[in-house]
Amino acid sequence: MKNIKILGTGCRNCQTTLSLVEEVARAQGVEIALEKVDQIQDIMSYRILATPGVVIDGEVVHSGGVPDRKQVEEWLTAAQ
Amino acid sequence: MTQATTNQPRLAPWLAGLPIAATLWVLAYAHLTDLADLAIGALGLTRATHLGEAVYFFLYDTPKMLLLLTGIVFLMGVIQTFFAPERTRALLAGRRLGVGNAMAASLGIVTPFCSCSAVPLFIGFLSAGVPLGITFSFLIAAPMVNEVALALLLGLFGWKVALLYLGLGLLVAIVAGLIIGELKMERHLEDWVRAIHAGEAMVSSGDDFTWPKRLQAGLRHVREIVGRVWPYVLVGIGLGALIHGYVPEDFMAAFMGRDVWWAVPAAVVLGVPMYTNAAGIIPIVEALIGKGAALGTTLAFMMSVIALSAPEMLILRKVLKWPLIATFIGVVATGILLVGYVFNLVL
Repeated sequence: MKNIKILGTGCRNCQTTLSLVEEVARAQGVEIALEKVDQIQDIMSYRILATPGVVIDGEVVHSGGVPDRKQVEEWLTAAQ
Repeated sequence: MTQATTNQPRLAPWLAGLPIAATLWVLAYAHLTDLADLAIGALGLTRATHLGEAVYFFLYDTPKMLLLLTGIVFLMGVIQTFFAPERTRALLAGRRLGVGNAMAASLGIVTPFCSCSAVPLFIGFLSAGVPLGITFSFLIAAPMVNEVALALLLGLFGWKVALLYLGLGLLVAIVAGLIIGELKMERHLEDWVRAIHAGEAMVSSGDDFTWPKRLQAGLRHVREIVGRVWPYVLVGIGLGALIHGYVPEDFMAAFMGRDVWWAVPAAVVLGVPMYTNAAGIIPIVEALIGKGAALGTTLAFMMSVIALSAPEMLILRKVLKWPLIATFIGVVATGILLVGYVFNLVL
């Protein structure tokens, strides 16, 4: 099971990203552990420059905007 | 980053679609008055009545603003693909005050920026060796001089005012950054911020752009921005139309005319607790100007609302100590004040 973290202080884009990942995971039937990181100090420990960021199993795969749906699908397919 | 995969967008549809879209855009924009005249006639109204004038104003302004907004936001979405925050940071690292501030303020316009990213950007810039004053120039320019504000000013007041706003916004950002840099206030950063050092390279958010992808990003930008701000624009134009038709001219001149010396500082102070984006503030701006408020006073108000907001200060408080926040507010507010007075004098 993949551990996915969404980094963001709670702006609209961060929420959109969170629900997008949730939705794609459900659509693909992939089981994930989704976590929201919203404390700025914790976010900065991942060394991203712009939020929202996406972390999969400890590795930053995206930052600075809502990711494409296709991209999320790829991440989750790779997870299987 | 993720590897390139099967679903690469193709260029051909864009080469066909873009010229058609551009032609339609220009045609529509060139015939705004005709369309509004037609619509007014079809509704059985004439511009001689209050109601007719108000409806006409609405029918002319709405498509005009939405066309301008769509066009400019699309272009900006494409341009932004060339300036990922990581790239901007690399361009600014180690620059000296002066040139660095000018670069930072300009890059603030074209680097994709959402206000919730202000703190990560701030820390990321500092940790990579971008000087404090230059970082501030970026952070002041990015929200203040943005494509929505420029598109709306262009639509409402023409290109001269839009350009003036652009120039003065940059000037405030550059000078404020210079002053903060000269004051050497690094010790007023929160301790945990100073403890973060540049280390391994951070993840880049996509430097593998192809042209179809850039154009797609432009479209996405339109969906995101125009999709979010169009209700504000409609409400604004509606309000503007009502005022245009019904409220007497010079209603605001007594409070916000150019002869009222205290109007500019009052506008700046009023702007601080208000927090909205450029689209939200434009209706108010339009209403004020339409009824005799001086342009400088109104633009000062607009800049203050966008660049100095109480909620943003609370977020910044997590990384800055009070003396630095106070300096930031003081320097930017003074800059905006000067802009307001200069506008009122010149125009």
